[in-house]
Amino acid sequence: MSVMLKRDPVDIIFSAVTAIAALSVLVFIIGIFYTLLTESSAAIGRFGFFKFITSVEWDPVQELFGAATPLFGTVVTTALSLTLAIPVAIGIAIFITEIAPDFLRAPIGVAIELLAAIPSIIYGMWGLFTLAPIMSDHIEPALQKAFGGLPVIGVLFEGTPMGIDMLTASIILSIMIIPFTASIARDSFNLTPAVVKESAYALGATRWEVVKNVVLPYSKLGVFGGVVLSLGRALGETMAIAFVLGNNHQITASLFDAAATVTVTLANEFTEADTDMYLSSLFYLALLLFIFSFILLAIAKFFLLRAGKRHSA
Amino acid sequence: MTRQQIRKIENTAALWMSALAALTGLFWLVFILGDVLVHGIGALTPDLFTQDPAPPGVEGGGLRNAFVGQLMITAAATLIGVPVGVLGGTFLAEYARGRKIAKLISILSDIMVSVPSIVIGTFIYAVMVRPLGHFNGWAGAAALAIIMIPVVLRTTEDMLTLVPWTLREAAFALGAPYYKVIIQIVYRGAAAGILTGILLSIARVAGETAPLLFTSFNNSFFSINMNEPVASLTVTIFQYAMGPYESWHSQAWAASLVVTLFILALTIIGRLIVKWRFGK
Repeated sequence: MSVMLKRDPVDIIFSAVTAIAALSVLVFIIGIFYTLLTESSAAIGRFGFFKFITSVEWDPVQELFGAATPLFGTVVTTALSLTLAIPVAIGIAIFITEIAPDFLRAPIGVAIELLAAIPSIIYGMWGLFTLAPIMSDHIEPALQKAFGGLPVIGVLFEGTPMGIDMLTASIILSIMIIPFTASIARDSFNLTPAVVKESAYALGATRWEVVKNVVLPYSKLGVFGGVVLSLGRALGETMAIAFVLGNNHQITASLFDAAATVTVTLANEFTEADTDMYLSSLFYLALLLFIFSFILLAIAKFFLLRAGKRHSA
Repeated sequence: MTRQQIRKIENTAALWMSALAALTGLFWLVFILGDVLVHGIGALTPDLFTQDPAPPGVEGGGLRNAFVGQLMITAAATLIGVPVGVLGGTFLAEYARGRKIAKLISILSDIMVSVPSIVIGTFIYAVMVRPLGHFNGWAGAAALAIIMIPVVLRTTEDMLTLVPWTLREAAFALGAPYYKVIIQIVYRGAAAGILTGILLSIARVAGETAPLLFTSFNNSFFSINMNEPVASLTVTIFQYAMGPYESWHSQAWAASLVVTLFILALTIIGRLIVKWRFGK
């Protein structure tokens, strides 16, 4: 700062130490990227990129590895969980910001934050011992009865309901990401200036019309950022679904089948990889996961920053 | 029906839907917490804390090794992560305030907060486990520290930014060098906020499992040697829940209850500090 003409030597040392601490984040990111790239170079050299992500082969014995099955599992569980979570999360945000009486706002806000604080391993335990039996005994047979006979979507509900499948995993995942999406949506809704809302009310709009025509359009950048952030989170979630997905490398149409995701494959097989090519392929999966989630999170951050900037401008 | 009536019905329906959504959120919270409590409380015996695991399939025994291991790993991660995070946040909010580099690191930290933790586990495996040839407790602590640093760094930055600039100017006017101003004035003003950030970051890593799977791994025996595989509660929960024995399952529930209560307590204390310091 220009306030000081001559810098104290201690100050120079202290500022250098803080600079190094701050740069550590940069070092980690570059270090992770570089390490995963070198570790997976054997697999990259052997399978390439397009062949790796399109091959359904996952055969440790013959050392043939393709990422199509775990990528399929990741895409399906992530997409399904977001579909289930987003409406609920936005509903919660609307309730907290626009509808709830004052004495309810804080308790519900805290409850949602606590839901976010529960560690993923607890979700996993609960999913395995409590949710999976409920799914296999009640919900999945009911779904099968209701939709199984229908053309086209019937295939989604084929097979024996075991509870250890993509549907159960997606439901657990959706419960986990509801709080993230809800709290970002709430913050975005809160950015809507009260004057704008009040003018709509003055014109005789109902609460829902204010939400639909004023609050949602005003905060759509922030909400979109929140959704992408949740997508990035769901993509990388491991322990919550490691118990209930079955880690079965297959691509099937039915949501009642076991599957594998990138994260679950890593969690289950990393310590068991007995050959260099096996381990290298797992590092390759980790690298893809790192790059994809990094890009998604960067996009989310971009939208959230723009949403915030528009407000302060 | 008149247009007015349609609008009214639409409004009521939408409001009820959103109230229902809030109820759904509460329902899951109560369901999960209640379930962990009901299953865990029965197995919560003194033996759980004072005994080491019995051989597989044998009744009895406890998880003393995992409790101690978890404490060691979390404490070591905190000792590495908190100073680095606080100092890094200081750089962004003070020395580099307003510069491009501060903005960049701030954004990258936000991204790092959400990067899949299992990826960090594979990274540490490559740099700290394979070169040594065996899993070790330090690797687990390092993985948790990497998760912790961006969290602490960002909260510290935000909290320091909240301290009014005039406060610093007053200290500068007395001739204090910048580092003294930071340590004696700015840190003091932001202490409650930084403490909350630290508590929340501990809560965040205390429940992490994925980064420990390939770093500190697990250990069925009591060990306080961080150069060897160290048991942790979370990895033990994973192993026991997936295992075939009924006694393992109930111990996993009890461990889950302890972990959950610990993390929720930290989260609530953190919130209370914020409320007490910044409320009203």
